[in-house]
Amino acid sequence: MTRHDVRHYPGLGLLTAAFFAYLYLPIAVVVFFSFNENRLVSVWTGFSLKWYDSALSNRALLDAVKTSLTLAVIAMVLSTTVALMAALVLVRAKGVKGRRISETVVNLPLLLPEIVSAVAVLILFSQLGLTNGLAKLVLAHTAFCIPFAFLPIRARLQGMAPDYEEAAQDLYATPWVTFRRVTLPLILPGVFAGAMLAFVMSMDDFITSNMLASGGNTTLPVYIFGLIKQGTTPELNAISTLIIVASLIIATTALVLTFRRRIP
Amino acid sequence: MTSRGKAIEVEGVTKDFGTFRALDGVSFDIYDNEFFTLLGPSGCGKTTLLRMLAGFDAPTSGAIRLHGKPILDLPPHKRRVNTVFQSYALFPHMTVEQNIAFGLENLGWPKDRRSARTAQMLEMVHMAQFARRRPDQLSGGQRQRVALARALAPEPEVLLLDEPLSALDLKLRQAMRDELRTLQRQTGITFVFVTHDQEEALDMSDRICVLGQGRIQHLGTPNEIYEDPANRFVADFIGETNFLPVQVISVDGDMASVKTPMGQVVTTLQKAATAGQAATLSLRPEKIGMEDQAVGEIMQGRVTNKNYMGGYTHYTVDVGGTELRVSKRNAISHSQSFEIGREVRLGFRHDSARVLGA
Repeated sequence: MTRHDVRHYPGLGLLTAAFFAYLYLPIAVVVFFSFNENRLVSVWTGFSLKWYDSALSNRALLDAVKTSLTLAVIAMVLSTTVALMAALVLVRAKGVKGRRISETVVNLPLLLPEIVSAVAVLILFSQLGLTNGLAKLVLAHTAFCIPFAFLPIRARLQGMAPDYEEAAQDLYATPWVTFRRVTLPLILPGVFAGAMLAFVMSMDDFITSNMLASGGNTTLPVYIFGLIKQGTTPELNAISTLIIVASLIIATTALVLTFRRRIP
Repeated sequence: MTSRGKAIEVEGVTKDFGTFRALDGVSFDIYDNEFFTLLGPSGCGKTTLLRMLAGFDAPTSGAIRLHGKPILDLPPHKRRVNTVFQSYALFPHMTVEQNIAFGLENLGWPKDRRSARTAQMLEMVHMAQFARRRPDQLSGGQRQRVALARALAPEPEVLLLDEPLSALDLKLRQAMRDELRTLQRQTGITFVFVTHDQEEALDMSDRICVLGQGRIQHLGTPNEIYEDPANRFVADFIGETNFLPVQVISVDGDMASVKTPMGQVVTTLQKAATAGQAATLSLRPEKIGMEDQAVGEIMQGRVTNKNYMGGYTHYTVDVGGTELRVSKRNAISHSQSFEIGREVRLGFRHDSARVLGA
């Protein structure tokens, strides 16, 4: 054990505890009060599941969840497909001109304040006369999800020696067969991670969705924001807890899958 | 050799990377059923040449033909050549069996023929009991065998090997050399082998093409290349040698009388030379005899250094101000050894030294 061993730093345990409390205490409070019987959010009077019951039988809430899920799945599939194609060209193709510039353009939405792009799509769509609410949301979400899907896929491709693909071609595989049987299986964890990020980003989005929201196309974050404006109820705590549980399940699955399929 | 067909013809191949010329007008033929080695230091263009044969790189100019047909316009998957990669590049998500069958599937072989061939290849490289393993469950030597089986399975017209032994440890490397040679004889497939290891090249090849600075320095059998190197580069790269600056005194056919720092000697000329010209004499350490083995041109010297290597002892001997490396085989147990500082008699047969260009 050396002098620099982190376990010898004074106050480390305390600091760590404080840090985790800072991160997770608010969430724990939300989960705790979701089981509160009382109407008032912060006064504990007894255990009850009635807020879950009320949340799960709330039509408007379920519609918002459905809209969010539909939107997130479509945006995830579209953005991951575009990101995968972009990564293949930018990392693997020979003789690509303006590789640097192209990568920057793909990643630009990460740097742009979301409010700017949200206003931009709002104006663009009204100019185009686009009226289908879901279509507008899908287009806008796909656009800002692309860089999130792109980064893990590109990292995975860059970390994979081109030897495997050359070996496939050498063994008479056409470019398509090479992609399907060698490249894709080997970068799948990256593709999966990218898709997950895109999904989460879409699910989580408020600014763009709020800007484009129209009747019948309210996403979950927009709906929740609406609830808060009317005053918080323990139902909100129940909804939040359900979202936390769903997120935990997705994140754990993603982690397990990523670690199971590593390139040696 | 001349009666055999040409498997590969390389004609005036030049490759530029920006302003750097990696290959400069290289031409040679590889015959059917030949174990042909491309040998050279790193950066000599040997791997680039191999990648051109496989189709992963294209020359800036020149032509390459496979059994008479130009192949430069064909993508890698349409060339009937297979490669054993330096990294082996076994597909990590497939079993040994699936790796070997991959090429056969792409060629459209029916399933029963595919499994029969796969089983045969596994047998050939002694890997039958590992058929269902994945590459990460194999040792380096086993992966090497699978890579070979995978590349040989589709019966390529030519097998390309890119430094396939460099990742193995010494003992295994020696064993794999013999195995590769045996496989080549068994299958009768033309092997094009790339290496920077001169010992490997001498051991396995029918012919060696020594590449240096983007050009062919010497193309010949291992014996020709070692004993009669075309120039100083080849003599220096293949094996060890003593280079002595000499002055040509007189020339008689392929023999010449030259003035060395140690005195005047008669030796074999490798290159046409004229009297009065400056040249280099190459004298291999093992061609110099010591004491009772000293024959031919006799010199007197003093031992200045000694390295005991087991099978051999390497001496450095000072002969009139010139340091000569001398290698003596320890033919019998406790054979005579010469201590540092001792006066020794040296000698070499004049047909064992070569006069090269300056």
